[in-house]
Amino acid sequence: MTETILTLILFAMLVAVAFAIIQMRQLFAVVLLSSVFSLLTALLFVIMDAVDVAFTEAAVGAGISTVLMLGTIALTRKRSAERTRSDILPFFVVAVTGAALVYGTLDMPNFGDANAPANAYLRQDYLDRSVTEIDVPNVVTAILASYRGFDTLGETAVVFTAGIGVLLLLGGLAYRRAEDDEES
Amino acid sequence: MQHHLILRVVVKILVAAIILFALYVQFHGDFSPGGGFQAGVIMAAAFILYGIVFGMAKVKQVVPEWVVHRMMGLGVLIYAGCGVASMFLGYEFLNYNAFTPHHPSHGQHYGLLIVEFGVGVTVTGVMISIFYAFASRPPTLKDSDW
Repeated sequence: MTETILTLILFAMLVAVAFAIIQMRQLFAVVLLSSVFSLLTALLFVIMDAVDVAFTEAAVGAGISTVLMLGTIALTRKRSAERTRSDILPFFVVAVTGAALVYGTLDMPNFGDANAPANAYLRQDYLDRSVTEIDVPNVVTAILASYRGFDTLGETAVVFTAGIGVLLLLGGLAYRRAEDDEES
Repeated sequence: MQHHLILRVVVKILVAAIILFALYVQFHGDFSPGGGFQAGVIMAAAFILYGIVFGMAKVKQVVPEWVVHRMMGLGVLIYAGCGVASMFLGYEFLNYNAFTPHHPSHGQHYGLLIVEFGVGVTVTGVMISIFYAFASRPPTLKDSDW
């Protein structure tokens, strides 16, 4: 009962924050409100007993990404630049990528489907087997790092790639500028 | 930000606590919520907080740019290296039973610790690198525009 009330209150606050973000014209306030949004989401995850996810949401969503958004605001100007090139090619790329992603989800089972492999047997299987095979109390860690070790390796590689991408886009420029200054 | 005395004193104390908490989340991940990813983010948050309050020059003395750049790759190498090591011991890629064949679940514990450490190193490196990349550029926004 308490859980339902808490969930309803948190969801109501989420919606309120979302509307406030739409209403805001000041980017600084928008960033701080999106941090609040993440914190509320983290609380909802805690109520749903997904503490590991809540942890990540609180640290990444409310913490690091807020700092990065503030850093981005500091790098941008108040008014957007006049567009000189047409939007057709970027729109086409985004549309095709989006369509491919939607097409990829068509194979996935419906949300909460009782016959989905995860609900039908896999979850129980992990819970039963991890006690003897892995023998750690936190089943999430056992699944992520052992049963799904290959996926997590891929995930780490994705984080690595994201870091390289940002460095190439932002850091590389800084290096080049520093070199130009030395030469001149 | 020289005039923010209270902020600087509080952050000095907080940074130590945050790093300690990150290490707890990192190495206690098999028993409590959290793991390499969360620990990496918390660890990075400690250095980012330090950088925000004391300035980029100070935080780059603690963790220079070349260190965080190498950490990004090092973590993935630790993770993949763990898998390759288990292959050399005659098991499948990332099968941690290889480390202690007589007691498989102990091998799993070692494996979890190693790969989570790899994830933590990469995430810490990437998060701090991204922060450096953003914060090291000269701001174009004037203070009055915020």
